[in-house]
This record gives sequence, C-alpha cells and structure tokens, in this order.
Amino acid sequence: MPQVVRSPKVYDVCIIGSGAAGGTAAKVLAEGGLSVVMLEAGPALNPEKDFKEHVWPYQIPHRGGGIGGKLKHEVGDEFMAPNGAWEIDGEPYTSAPGSQFRWFRSRIVGGRTNHWGRIALRFAPVDFRSRSTDGMGDDWPLTYEEVAPYYDKVESYIGVFGTKENISSAPDGVFLPPPPPRCTETIVKKACDKLNIVCIPSRMAMLTKPLNGRAACHYCGQCGRGCLTASNFSSSQVMIPPAQATGRFTLITGAMAREIVVGKDGKAEAVAYIDKATRSEQRVHARAFMVAASACESARLLLNSRSTLFPDGLANSSGVVGRYLTDSVGSDAGGYFPQLEKMPPHNHDGIGGMHMYMPWWKFDRKNDFLRGYHIEFGGGRSMPGVGEFDGICERYEGYGASLKQRCRTMYGTHIGFAGRGEMIPNEKSYCDLDPDTVDQWGIPVLRFHWHWSDNEIKMAKDMQETFRSIVETAGGTFLSKAKPDGSRPYGIADGGVIIHELGTVRMGSNPKTSALNKYCQAHDVKNVFVTDAAAFVTNPDKNPTLTIMALSWRASEYLLDQAKQGSL
Amino acid sequence: MATKSISRRNILKSLTMGAMASSVLRVIPLEAAEYAHHMVAAEKAATPAGSYAPKFFLPRQYKTLLALCQTIIPADADSGGALEAGAPEFIDLLTSENPKYQLKLGGGLMWLDAACSDRYEKTYLDCAPEQQKEILDLIAYSKNAEKDASLTPGVEFFALLREMTVDGFFTSQIGIKYLGYVGNTYLLSFNGCPPVPEA
Repeated sequence: MPQVVRSPKVYDVCIIGSGAAGGTAAKVLAEGGLSVVMLEAGPALNPEKDFKEHVWPYQIPHRGGGIGGKLKHEVGDEFMAPNGAWEIDGEPYTSAPGSQFRWFRSRIVGGRTNHWGRIALRFAPVDFRSRSTDGMGDDWPLTYEEVAPYYDKVESYIGVFGTKENISSAPDGVFLPPPPPRCTETIVKKACDKLNIVCIPSRMAMLTKPLNGRAACHYCGQCGRGCLTASNFSSSQVMIPPAQATGRFTLITGAMAREIVVGKDGKAEAVAYIDKATRSEQRVHARAFMVAASACESARLLLNSRSTLFPDGLANSSGVVGRYLTDSVGSDAGGYFPQLEKMPPHNHDGIGGMHMYMPWWKFDRKNDFLRGYHIEFGGGRSMPGVGEFDGICERYEGYGASLKQRCRTMYGTHIGFAGRGEMIPNEKSYCDLDPDTVDQWGIPVLRFHWHWSDNEIKMAKDMQETFRSIVETAGGTFLSKAKPDGSRPYGIADGGVIIHELGTVRMGSNPKTSALNKYCQAHDVKNVFVTDAAAFVTNPDKNPTLTIMALSWRASEYLLDQAKQGSL
Repeated sequence: MATKSISRRNILKSLTMGAMASSVLRVIPLEAAEYAHHMVAAEKAATPAGSYAPKFFLPRQYKTLLALCQTIIPADADSGGALEAGAPEFIDLLTSENPKYQLKLGGGLMWLDAACSDRYEKTYLDCAPEQQKEILDLIAYSKNAEKDASLTPGVEFFALLREMTVDGFFTSQIGIKYLGYVGNTYLLSFNGCPPVPEA
C-alpha cells in the first residue's frame, strides 16, 4: 500500500515547476512577503559540476558527441548542462496514429531556461488582437498596453540587449547595448538591405553590461552550455536565488506532481506528488497554486486532477484544456559564402547566439498566408564541433589530403537560416490523456495529435524562397534539403520540434471557451493559476519565454494584491 | 586584429567586483574563473595510438580502422593526421555504445575485407597500396554505387567512417589549431568583424 504522508504546514503559495514561469513567480511572490513552496520534478542544478563552459572538445571523451549510444548530433550532448531531453526514461508520451509530435522536457531546477536560445522578443500589439485583425483564431483578453509594463520589469531585471527600431511587428524594450556584428552578420545584413528585408540587432537575454550583481558577458559563445558567471539568463541562476534569499522560499526537488487536490468547498488545497527518491506519495498544502510545469505538463496535471466536482479535470469545465496546441512553424536552410574563405583567423565567438536577426517585415502587404515569421541565422568560425564538416563530407566525398584541405578552406563559410513563424490553432492539434499508458510514477501520460494546415506550409515555402534570395544576393550558394512535398513540405519541422509548444490552458474572457482569465487565474477554481505558456491564446512568431515571464510576473502581482486584500 | 584578451588577474578582478555588487545571487564568478583556468590547464595531448585497448573493435579490425583513418585524414607538412588526433579512439568509443554504428562500421570492415578478397584474394591490410587506393576510390563516392549497387554497403560504411574520422580530427587539439580557430577565451569586449572582402 502506498504510504501517504500529510504535511501539516500550509504555505501561502505552491508553485509547480521552476522554469521561466515558476522562477518568476517565486521571485515576485517571495519578495512580496508570501511563503512559497516550489515543486520541481528534477534534481537541483549545480553549475560548478554541471556546466562545461570553456571546455575543449578534446578534453571530454565523446568530444561533445552523443553519449551512451546516442547518435552524435542529438541534443543533450556532452557539452550541455543536464537540460532535458526528447525522451525521458520511464516517462513516455505517445502520438496518435498519423501525428508527428516531439516533446522536449526538462527535469531540473530552472527547467528549459537552462537550455533556451535566450531570444527575448516582445509580442506586438497586433499579436494580442489576431481575430480582430484577420478573422482567424481568437483575441487575447488583454492588450499589449496591459502587458508592456511587465515586459519592462522583466527586461530591466534579467537584462536584454537590443536597439530601438520603432518597427510595429517588433516592439522596442528596455535594452542593454547590442554586441557588434560578426562577419557572417555583416554579410547577411548587406544582402538584406539590398532586398529591403529588415535586419536589426537581435534581442537576447545576455548581459553586455554588468546588471543586478551579475557580471557582463565575456564572449565565449557558449551560452548553451550554461554560464558560470550567470551573464546569461536562466531561472535557476537569476530567479530562484532572490526567492531563496527572502527566507520564505522552500524548494522541493525530485517531486513529480500527480494531482491538484480539491476540497469540499471547490478550492484547491494541496498537491499530491511523487517523491522520486522514495517512490512515495506526499502532499503539500497551500492557499493558492501556480501551475508552471510547461504548457503540456500543466495541461496534463489539470487533466489528471479529476474529482467528483471536476470530473473532466481541474479548471476544465470549458473542455479547452489540452486544446489549441500550437508550436512555431520552423523551416531551415543554409548557404556557402565564398567571401568568408578569405577572412583571416579572428575571434568570432561573441555571445552564444545571433547578434542580428530579421523581425517580420512584410506586415505592410498582402502575402500568400496570414500572420508572419522572423528569421534567425548564424554560422562562421565558431568552435569546431562534432558534425562541423558533415555537409562538406556529404557534398564533396573523397578522402585524403584534398578532403583535409577542403575542410580548412571551407571552415566558417556556412551560414544557416531558420524561420520561426506563427501557427494558427486548429481542431486537429491538441493533447489528451492516453487511456492506455501511465509513466513509471503511475501517472497517465499525454497523447499528441498534430496537423499542419495550408497556412503553415505556405509560410514554410515563403521562408525557403527568402533564404534563397538572401544567400544568392550575398553571392553565396544556396543549400537546402527542403522539398515541396513529402511528410515535411518545404522543410517544415515536425510539431514540437521548435520547442515553442503552447496554448493548452488558454485564457479568455468567456469561461465557456477558455480556462483562465486575463490574470492566468482559473475561471472555475479561483486559487489556481496557470502562468506558463499554456495560458497563451496565440503563438506569434516571437519566441514565447519573455512573454511567459511577463505574464507570470503580472499574475503574481495580482495574487499579491489578492493576498493583501485578504482573499487568499 | 586587436581582439583584447584579458589576463587571468584582470578576469578575477573584474569578476570579483561584479560579485561585490551582488548580495542575493548565488553566482560564483571567482570560482568560475578558477574552474575555467583549471580546465584549460588540464589540456593534454591525445593518447598516442598503439597503447589503446579498443572497446569494440577486434584487434585486427582496429588495425584496419587505424589504416583507414590515416588515409582519410593524413598527416602533412602543416599538422598531424587523424591518428595523431586520436580519431580511432573516439570512433571506437562512440561505436562501443551504439548498435547502429556497430552494425555499420563493424559490418563495413568485414565487407571491405570480403570485397578485397574477391578482387585481390587478400584482406584490405595485406593489399598493395595501389589496390587499397582502387577499392577506396570505388567506395568513397556515392555515384559509384548508382552504377554498381553491390558497392552500396561499402559506400555507406565509408561515408560514416569519413564523417567520424573528420569529426575526430577537427575536434582534436591539433585539428583545431590546423583550422585556425581563435576563441574560447575571456574578452572584455567583442570587437566584431574585421573588414570583409567582396564575394
């Protein structure tokens, strides 16, 4: 019989998840004076041990390639902090027949903020008013003007570099100065100028100046490995520590939330979780709950929180939980740029990511598709890694002195381009509980259903055409594996692969068609909030993390107000 | 180009100053710098070939693997080759952990000996240099398999081995030096791009 231990302590707030949403809530709520307990399904993060900053590939046995039988390019390689994985032993998910969906999950303090690209883009005013603009999808129950002060707070605290550009699709923020462009960026910018494609300094959460006690970036280009000086943003290094410093914050690691338990009054009163170390069920009691486990995990937790009062899952009287699942439209290509062969050796590292990007620039004309996309790009003389010359091996084949010399000549001459576009929610893309499968903790798992509609395919086509025109205008050779047909038309990535999955517990003003109000508070259960990207109504081309933090900050302040009024 | 490197003392100084402003952030700049320097100090040359006990390949197969690696990325006047870079050890390690690589590389080495045996009545290692060149020239190009499908397993084997040998060489200390990569350091500021020549 499972041992059930009930904790006598009642915290003000229990936060489930320690990533962008959970970390932000922890900081705001604990600093605001509330007692906070946080459940994290993974272990603590130890930067000294877990981060491989400044390590050369030849200092580690797999040279940064796949460990333990993984193919050499898989994410989660030897260089990365233990960020998460596409597959987690003992914690499966399933896909419905005909659906291609991949789900990247983290099980560690800080969640996916240890891994993310740190691209920090604000949504634009129009992004909150999609239906009013083009008749598709739904409007958000709040406006850009309501979110903007929270974008300001987040940017001021975490540090985002960028430039004031006054582009309607890409609102300006509170910016640190940007780093100067690398050679690759100089070349692409010049081509974009000729094509009237807007190419501007990127907006990324790395410090180009010291901020709030964190040292400035030292330009090693290795943000993806985790930063020992916390010069890039992660929840684990920037949000959790100030919460801990209040003395009002308790972190429970290795805690896999199973169910939110509801009392007779219809309010949530506890979270039942599995303590992974002892495989025993525990409970933690609180007056309010912030679900921030990542969009799909949060939906899963609500769907698994079934009771007599809420037979279809908590906060799900509308039936929308799990629905409206979207990911970014992604399509990639690259180019060989001969002028880069002539560059003398020089330090090209910069920050760990792009110094420039192309925001959506065709918002002022009629296109073959609705909504838009932005373009990320990168390449050049970065630290050689496993897979660096796969393209050259494949294209030129052969062996011997000529192969060796060709690799040297062509090192750093490739620039890759990635489009990231808006998917419109559709009926066929959602997740639900798989009736046949539980994970090793006995918790029913998610089953994904996925479908790209024509709008997304047309967008991917446009991306490929744009990449080609940029490469060729710059005098390069266009390289793309995308084909118009097949299972990935125009190179469109499978659902979930861009790791911007969201929308599964959406907010709205109508409780019949949404689960949350505009403060991320459940319509059905007033002391439950969902503050991760599950709450999003749409998935604009902007990477979601900055908006997750802004909405979580806003929801947390709202909760603090409620607490002050005594209605917690 | 005037890329400004920082001395160890300056790094420690600047990072310590950053840390003083912080009271709550659990950031470890000083230790961080120490750690990084420790790692850089720990740089060591690759294990010399010969003293290595393969984890997956049988001794005779491994000898063939060494020969092939050397042929794929040879030493030249500018640098050592795949052997000096420890590529065979890297390939053996990855293969020992991955059944797909085991099938393709282990099976591929067997295929190579069988193909040499059919053509020259010798194993690959016992073949004359011109015979070795002849068979490698056949399996080093995928267009040959389009003409003669019986070469397909050899072409696929060689494609994977080529990729992994190239990986092993260019992720080594000598390979990175050969490429002229300049980086993985601490900079106070990033200077951007020197003037780019025209396409």
